[in-house]
Amino acid sequence: MSNYLLIGGLLILMGVAYQYGARRSRAVSKASAKHLHSLPSHYGAMVALACGIPAFGFLILWSFLQPIFVAWVVKSGAPPDIAALSGPDLNQLIGRVTSIASGYGVSDTASAFEREAAGRLSNFLNIVSLAKIVVAACLAVGGLVFALRRITPQLRARNEVEGVIRIVLILCSTVAILTTVGIVMSMFGETIRFFSFVNPIDFFFGLNWNPRFSSTGGGSGDFGLIPLLAGTIMITVIAMLVAVPVGLMIAIYLAEYAHPTVRTIAKPVIELLAGIPTIVFGFFALTAVGPFLSDFGALFGLQIRATSALTAGVVMGMMIIPFISSLSDDIITQVPGAMRDGSLALGSTRSETIKKVILPAALPGIVGAFLLAVSRAIGETMIVVMAAGNSPVLHANPFEAVATVTVSIVNQLTGDLDFASPQSLVGFALGLTLFVITLGLNVVALYIVRKYREQYE
Amino acid sequence: MSDITADGLVTGSPTRIADVVAKSLVKRRAKEKRFRMYGIAAVAIGIGFVLLMFGTILNKGLPAFWQSTFRLDVTFDAAALNLPTRPVREEGQSMAAFQQTLYEWQNQVTMANWNGLIQTSLQKYLPDAKPASRLRALVSSGERFRLRDMVLADPNLVGQTVTVDLLADANVDVWLKGNIDRDLADNQYLLSPDQRAWSDQLYEQGVIRMAFATSLFTNVDSRSSPASAGLLGAMIGSLFMMLIVILVAVPIGVLAAIYLEEFAPKNRLTDLIEVNINNLAAVPSIVFGLLGAAVFINWMKLPLSAPIVGGLVLTLMTLPTIIIATRAALKAVPPSIRQAALGLGASRSQSVFHHVLPLARPGILTATIIGVAQALGETAPLLLIGMSAFVANVATTPFEQSTALPVQIYLWQANEARNFFEARTSAAIILLLAMMMMLNAFALVLRRRFERRW
Repeated sequence: MSNYLLIGGLLILMGVAYQYGARRSRAVSKASAKHLHSLPSHYGAMVALACGIPAFGFLILWSFLQPIFVAWVVKSGAPPDIAALSGPDLNQLIGRVTSIASGYGVSDTASAFEREAAGRLSNFLNIVSLAKIVVAACLAVGGLVFALRRITPQLRARNEVEGVIRIVLILCSTVAILTTVGIVMSMFGETIRFFSFVNPIDFFFGLNWNPRFSSTGGGSGDFGLIPLLAGTIMITVIAMLVAVPVGLMIAIYLAEYAHPTVRTIAKPVIELLAGIPTIVFGFFALTAVGPFLSDFGALFGLQIRATSALTAGVVMGMMIIPFISSLSDDIITQVPGAMRDGSLALGSTRSETIKKVILPAALPGIVGAFLLAVSRAIGETMIVVMAAGNSPVLHANPFEAVATVTVSIVNQLTGDLDFASPQSLVGFALGLTLFVITLGLNVVALYIVRKYREQYE
Repeated sequence: MSDITADGLVTGSPTRIADVVAKSLVKRRAKEKRFRMYGIAAVAIGIGFVLLMFGTILNKGLPAFWQSTFRLDVTFDAAALNLPTRPVREEGQSMAAFQQTLYEWQNQVTMANWNGLIQTSLQKYLPDAKPASRLRALVSSGERFRLRDMVLADPNLVGQTVTVDLLADANVDVWLKGNIDRDLADNQYLLSPDQRAWSDQLYEQGVIRMAFATSLFTNVDSRSSPASAGLLGAMIGSLFMMLIVILVAVPIGVLAAIYLEEFAPKNRLTDLIEVNINNLAAVPSIVFGLLGAAVFINWMKLPLSAPIVGGLVLTLMTLPTIIIATRAALKAVPPSIRQAALGLGASRSQSVFHHVLPLARPGILTATIIGVAQALGETAPLLLIGMSAFVANVATTPFEQSTALPVQIYLWQANEARNFFEARTSAAIILLLAMMMMLNAFALVLRRRFERRW
């Protein structure tokens, strides 16, 4: 609570500092009869920043340090059995002591040591919270006074303020880099720990996937990647067989044949599919497509399971259609009109123009779109979790259930996370594999698309 | 006049060429027609998929918004309930100890014979029902807590008779809506034959009617009484996450885009950032879930299943989308605006923040809304940070356990009470889609309203 008050107080102080700085700069300019280098608002902003940055920096630093100090206070003067506590036990003790110190109490009777520690802790917290306010206030006022005294007509306040803005902008744009670094580092770290349990060769080339449960003693499961990869590839191939012909033909028809009215209606309707969450596709696969395919197969004496690679693949294909159609559409409309007109003028029909002139010209772009779609299909999770049946066995029958890399990540990491067992850690190894595959596809695809753009720009 | 070359090609003979072309023309036109038909077929398939999907979900989900509900006169009989008195905090009792006694008292109140009240009021309509205790199963088992809460909120109710709407049990709802085949063998139903007959009878008497399922919006998820399972907890969880995404992703994304588009020098670092952002936009969402599990939960020790973690993961996921779209919006502002500002002596910051940014605002806003809508529907990363846990509370802060709308859909579709939850899941999907469409429609309106062509 006092923290919110403190932050509020600091913000008010910054507001005051801004006003003071602006007024002061005007007064200085008038007194020395010189023009200010910057606008008064820049001087105000500079003073406000000088007032706020050190104080907030101190508060942030303190919020990291406080738990360490609390643990130290609770532990100091403790009997040896308590001093030896660590991990969750220590946290529980600190929690109990803190709630006694705050006056809330515990439901059972507190031990003598806990009461004594709570007394010390509440004394310590009283002093500290006072000290925190005093230090923050000193820093804020100090910064304010220091900045106020610097104000002269020659001071380049605008440049200073903009320097701070620039730093904030740079920090924001490094978040993206930090995310990538975070992904790579965290997954590398956990994967290396996983490989201390399981031989990498067994992981990458193992033909059996049966991780067992971490509770049934040790890491003696099979962690073979191949069945999962096979399932992933099977579903991706089915999805592409559905999505590429339909998506490409949609793009061609809408770009080359369709009346503008048809185009303005059909294009957004189809792209509606792109905005639908994948969990909805998964539910649709589970309740409508799966049973339908199973009944349909039964007509021809085929045994198709309701949750199978085929179900997941077909629905994933549906999901990817708008992706392929809108990307290809962009690329086809980018092909210069002169090429189209030239071909038509030589007497070829429209379909011949498309097949012999436009598509070859647009091919690199379409390949790029195709690769992006493949990478999306490989990384797709919810449809497969719900509709593919989760059976990590190596086989080549699309009518049977399969499991994919993403499904296994979800299975291994849902529920309690135990970062010490190979059963959980394998999720990160699978994630890294997935990341590397999709990254590779993306890099190639983006390179091709960019090259293609340059060709016609 | 005409020469025929050795290989049979005709040169300079207009009639012969015309013949060759005319001969092939039929075939070529047929081909052209066929190709065109393929195109029409593809568009039809695409639109058909959309219609099929929406049709299926609306067809399944809309009935779930109306639910079998009893309208009963319940008499809160003091003798039958025999409620204990509420404890008062004694002098010197610590707050925690008082909470403990309060908790025990609440347990005793809960143990009171609330089901008996329901049974007595049902007996008025079905006096011949034997054994009468089987009547209780017709009312959703969670509804007795509603009666309890009514009395706790207003102790004067004891001794009075009140008309109350109580949800019917899920099995009754399924039976009355015909979501289960009516000609199955007895052992395939969860309701006994007499219970089914009673349900039909009560429905004809008008004691049970199909009322709008407000509980879907006001209740949290429930395991023990499926009929009263609602989406409030999930909606609040999603709302918190959306707030976090808006508060964190939007400022960071927009500022990053401003830097990259307006300030960044062309060097290796900015190239790296650019390639990086493009690649991040295509990283599978589940990888962000792994990042969240490793960094936010394992390393930073943030609480499992909390919207704060979900919000941060979704933030990282939507950031590239927002950055790319904001850059496009900034790029669309003509350079003359910048040059004019610089020419009048503005600094680069001033020209960007005072002139370019306001002009790019509609585009940025649209992009942001679309990014947020995307994040709203994302499920996979949330599963990995424990948001698939069963939570029966409404989170009041982003640090408490919660579920989210898409995760609730995932949990419900896996519920073994398929007959009941298939419709309920579809209803949740309709709600999710409605929210997303509202956001998208808002974005569309913004674009139409403020779009400016230079």
